[in-house]
Amino acid sequence: MHLGVSESMRECEYSQISTRSSTPMETPYKKRTPKKRKWEIFPGRNKFYCDGRIMMAKQTGVFYLTLILILVTCGLFFSFDCPFLAQQLTPVIPVIGGVLFLFVLGTLLRTSFSDPGVLPRASPDEAADLERQIDVANGGTGYRPPPRTKEVVINGQTVKLKYCFTCKIFRPPRASHCSLCDNCVERFDHHCPWVGNCVGRRNYRFFYMFILSLSFLTIFIFAFVITHIILSSHQNGFLSALKNSPARYPFTVPLVVCFFSVWSIVGLSGFHTYLISSNQTTNEDIKGSWSSKRGKDNYNPYSYGNIFTNCCAALCGPLPPSLIDRRGFVEADVPQLAPPTNGITIYGSTQSQQSHTCDQDQCIQSTKFVLQAAATPLLQHQSSEPVILTTSPENGGTLPGRASLALTGPCTSLPLGQPTPPTSTSSLSCHEAADNNPLQESLFQHHFLTPEEVPSPPGMLHCGSPMGHSHTTQAGFYDPASQDSLHEDSVRGLVKLSSV
Amino acid sequence: MATEFHNLQELRHSASLANKVFIQRDYSEGTTCKFQTKFPSELESRIERTLFEDTVKTLNNYYAEAEKIGGQSYLEGCLACATAYLIFLCMETRYEKVLKKIAKYIQEQNEKIYAPRGLLITDPIERGMRVIEISIYEDRGSSGSSSGSSSVSGSTAR
Repeated sequence: MHLGVSESMRECEYSQISTRSSTPMETPYKKRTPKKRKWEIFPGRNKFYCDGRIMMAKQTGVFYLTLILILVTCGLFFSFDCPFLAQQLTPVIPVIGGVLFLFVLGTLLRTSFSDPGVLPRASPDEAADLERQIDVANGGTGYRPPPRTKEVVINGQTVKLKYCFTCKIFRPPRASHCSLCDNCVERFDHHCPWVGNCVGRRNYRFFYMFILSLSFLTIFIFAFVITHIILSSHQNGFLSALKNSPARYPFTVPLVVCFFSVWSIVGLSGFHTYLISSNQTTNEDIKGSWSSKRGKDNYNPYSYGNIFTNCCAALCGPLPPSLIDRRGFVEADVPQLAPPTNGITIYGSTQSQQSHTCDQDQCIQSTKFVLQAAATPLLQHQSSEPVILTTSPENGGTLPGRASLALTGPCTSLPLGQPTPPTSTSSLSCHEAADNNPLQESLFQHHFLTPEEVPSPPGMLHCGSPMGHSHTTQAGFYDPASQDSLHEDSVRGLVKLSSV
Repeated sequence: MATEFHNLQELRHSASLANKVFIQRDYSEGTTCKFQTKFPSELESRIERTLFEDTVKTLNNYYAEAEKIGGQSYLEGCLACATAYLIFLCMETRYEKVLKKIAKYIQEQNEKIYAPRGLLITDPIERGMRVIEISIYEDRGSSGSSSGSSSVSGSTAR
């Protein structure tokens, strides 16, 4: 009987393929073209340019202001003051100015455009594993447990590691979650709107070089504009130098801008020099994490002891690579596990490389996914809810769209993470849909195989085990302890399907 | 061992993913990259403790080498600063070189030691340097193993 079933389903599947002109099911095991790059599905609130090479924060208005201020001031200085000064004093002045200006621009762009050290969010399996460990620690209860922390002892100092609910990781020491960019950043210093990016581990040295060179540049311009005024006032008189000069504004604009900048930029450079020499971040300094006021034994465990080593480590230490692989391609088929439910682990499986034969397994699997989707929201309600709910706002937007594209009729009410009607009715409704359109279920399945695009793909695989149970003799695989009514319903539905 | 695979290809084609173990970071020495060498209980039946510990210790050594602050890294840093960091357009940083070595090492370990035991190590860089992910595979064709996941495949139904 099984052979007959496989033949008929095979025929059914193949005839579906032949009538459709362009569908992913024609080449179900090739990745869909065009392939997406990882920056396109990046969950944080960053903007990407040049196909993922440039990464900035969402609000970049102030960055353009910074750029304009620097360009206009330097432009005026080079056009109007430099010829005079080169003539009167020495041509070295514009050269030094030019070098400083280029250095400032280079470091600014480097700070703004590079990845500050963003930590990628946990993969669903990792998050599930952590949740399971925390559940075990909490005794298996806890609808929404209290804020999770882990304590580590670093160089004799106790440091608390906080759990990030957005990124689903325990933040490494010194990492912090930037609410503007919605990312966890390693060695988070601060989010700088002037630079249009976070300042973290990977771009702190560029930021420091930027403000240091900018201080020198502003002092340089300020000093030489004043020199210009003084020299030309010696020649023509002070007031006439200002009044008669056709280029009045070029005096005042650089002067005013530099006057205000000097105090703020030089002050900031001084502050960051102090931070670097004591190996602290702005974040830690503001919170007073290592201040001796907190306690006698409170000290900075990351400091190397002397100022020179601290400076060298911060500025000349190795530059770690970006962890988020912006320009890599999204892999459509990645092996995934099912998450634990109520502390009981059920492990389903998908093949990392699908077989190239459309056999009964494939047809059954495709319909299985439909039923999993029906069963999953109810199952997930019982399991750790925060995990599912926090992901759905980020990625869930894409899902209903895809679901409606792939399926029609009753199965459009199947987006994951949203409440659905009881499993039995939806399984029956999907049963009908499955009968009509096994191809569309396969589409649905194919969509779901893209892990980053789906809010909670592991949830899909809950019914993998009951499927296996009914279809093959994977009895041991299916944990009898989890036989609640939901599973029974889905199993019943699936058995009906397989007997078609 | 419950399952025998001869190479990585065979592992991927004929096995199904049963479980994943995550080796977390060890922050006791600060923010430098180091992984815990504690042997996870799920791997007890699959691989010898010494082999596992050797792998993790070697990886830790590689990462320590990449993040070492010494003469060479200072030279690289100063040179980069002097050239306004343009030198990174044509030169690979030391960290990147070591990461390539690590990738090669992991590939080698997978082929020689882990795949024959039905395990697969994922390079930590693909998980944001947070964990070493070890995937445990069960042979679909074998007749059940001690971890309770029997896997009589669909071949009986065909």
